Amino acid sequence: MTDAFLTNLAFYVISFCVIAGGIFVVSSRNLFHSAVFLVFTLFSVAGIFVMLSAYLLAAIQVLVYVGAVAMLMIFGVMLTTQLSNVRIRYMNEQVWPALLICAGFLALLVYGLTDTPFATGNVAAPVEGAKAIGTLLMTKYVLPFEMVSVLLLAALVGAIVIAKKD
Amino acid sequence: MSVILGSFLVSEYAAVAVFLLVGTGIVLFTFGLAKVIRPSNPTPIKLETYECGETPYGTAEIQYNVRFYIYALLFVIFDVEAIFLFPWALVYRSLGLFAFVEMFIFIAMLVFGLFYAWKKGVLKWV
Amino acid sequence: MFELRGLIDTIWGWIAGLLADIGLSAGLVQLIGYAIIAAVLFGVIALVVLFLVWWERKVSAKMQDRLGPMRVGWHGIIQTIADAMKLLQKEDITPKNIDFPIHFWAPVITFVAAFMVYVTVPFGKGLIVADLNVGVLYIIAITTFTVIGLLMAGWGSNNKYALLGGFRSAAQVVSYEVPLTLSLLGVIMISQTLSLGTIVGQQDGFFKWYVWRQPLGFVIFWIAATAECNRTPFDLPEADSELVAGFVTEYSGMKFAMFFLAEFLNMFTASVVAVTLFFGGWMSPFGPDFGPSWLWFFAKTFFFVFVLMWFRWTYPRLRVDQLMGFAWKVLLPLAFLNILLTGLGIYIFD
Repeated sequence: MTDAFLTNLAFYVISFCVIAGGIFVVSSRNLFHSAVFLVFTLFSVAGIFVMLSAYLLAAIQVLVYVGAVAMLMIFGVMLTTQLSNVRIRYMNEQVWPALLICAGFLALLVYGLTDTPFATGNVAAPVEGAKAIGTLLMTKYVLPFEMVSVLLLAALVGAIVIAKKD
Repeated sequence: MSVILGSFLVSEYAAVAVFLLVGTGIVLFTFGLAKVIRPSNPTPIKLETYECGETPYGTAEIQYNVRFYIYALLFVIFDVEAIFLFPWALVYRSLGLFAFVEMFIFIAMLVFGLFYAWKKGVLKWV
Repeated sequence: MFELRGLIDTIWGWIAGLLADIGLSAGLVQLIGYAIIAAVLFGVIALVVLFLVWWERKVSAKMQDRLGPMRVGWHGIIQTIADAMKLLQKEDITPKNIDFPIHFWAPVITFVAAFMVYVTVPFGKGLIVADLNVGVLYIIAITTFTVIGLLMAGWGSNNKYALLGGFRSAAQVVSYEVPLTLSLLGVIMISQTLSLGTIVGQQDGFFKWYVWRQPLGFVIFWIAATAECNRTPFDLPEADSELVAGFVTEYSGMKFAMFFLAEFLNMFTASVVAVTLFFGGWMSPFGPDFGPSWLWFFAKTFFFVFVLMWFRWTYPRLRVDQLMGFAWKVLLPLAFLNILLTGLGIYIFD
């Protein structure tokens, strides 16, 4: 039981949670269960971020994806009438083309992952990662940063227009 | 791989994982303890859904008002905005006027959206 | 003197020595240490919550000119322990048409999320389990699980009151979440850090408490936090005259107890955040070395919990439209104003 073994164990457990949660999301026949497993998966992804020392990103992952996006989905599922009576089919006549495309995408991913020279040096994560991100947002990436506010405004207006139609 | 991951175990974030496991474990333990010592004699009437003494009418999945969803939508947008403000707030003192103007534009955009929602009557609970 | 850190270090040093002698690696010893701390802290927090339940009943009684619990122990001090014992033995009535896994995990998620906040709370000088460098964001992030928990409780119960209570509660919590998050930004702009330990360390003196530089921020935070805890005047999710018991309608026995304890724990958490960010945490008003730091921390926190109880018997309940309107039309613009004022203030005085 060395420390390296424990760390690897933690990594594999978290990865297992991410993948198992993801499989449940797409295979569950109950939409609400899918939404809850989505929360589980997204939270586990935050664990991966923590293991990579991306602490700010982990916090944001939980805040935005678990706290906001998944919550919105749960709201959407709950507000849809009579869902538990609907048996969701997850097979249809396009199953073979879909499998083909998925296999192609998998091959592409495997090729990309095995072919990319990942930096494996002993790189220490920046101590003040959050501050570094803040400085970058305010200097180098200030235009994209401001564009985000325009994007958010557009999303807000769009949401209002759609929601008011009822 | 373990070179990069090696810092996890000694980092303080391992405490978060341990708290998650220990907390869940203790809660489940109390549930188990209660299961051992509590009585259990269910009757069909006892297991009915509570509806103020009446026989339950249908399921709970009736159409609820969509206004709940609108608040959730607004929340998502303002939550994302608040997240963007955190890295900015951390470095604000070292950047000065430029950062202030930048943030003023950023916030003004969202305040404009808020007033749009207000004028459209989305914030009204009817 | 009176500081607990030295004592804890001594005990831990002895245990860690024993563990190292068996041949465990340093990382594993560290993990076991965290586990022991987590278990001990769980006990401490359970005691605090049981005390709060008793205290709430006593304060309510005093404000209504009653005596409150008097029979079990001195002035009913162990009344809530008796209540906990009773709940442990209560039959768990699980209705037949529920979504069982969802119904089962909702109280677990709600309570564990409320408990996990205490990983990064500085209870006293050196008394912090892990001073996370994104501490403030961590607390906000973990508490969002409360919304998931109560939506699950509402849905899993398959009860109209529970579902409607869950909806109302979730809509309320997310609406007040926005001004709450934004109100903390002012403190972060001044302190330039998200670590709670550092933020407390900066407030080493009565006039360095951030409440003096963030009065508006504190007021917004406190109102929003009251709403997040579903406390009067924002206790609509459990408006018993309208919704029976809201999302806990179909819960009994220990599962009900978990929701109940989580609610009191959230009250304590709100006070802890207020004290840590705005009132100097464990610092005494006379600097860091006056009296036991953990005693100052608990004294200040209990004072704010008392304020929440005081609210309950002072204000009438809001109407649901007033509640939502107040969050979006009053608190949110005020929170934006606070950020702009803080920005201007820093620019002028720095």
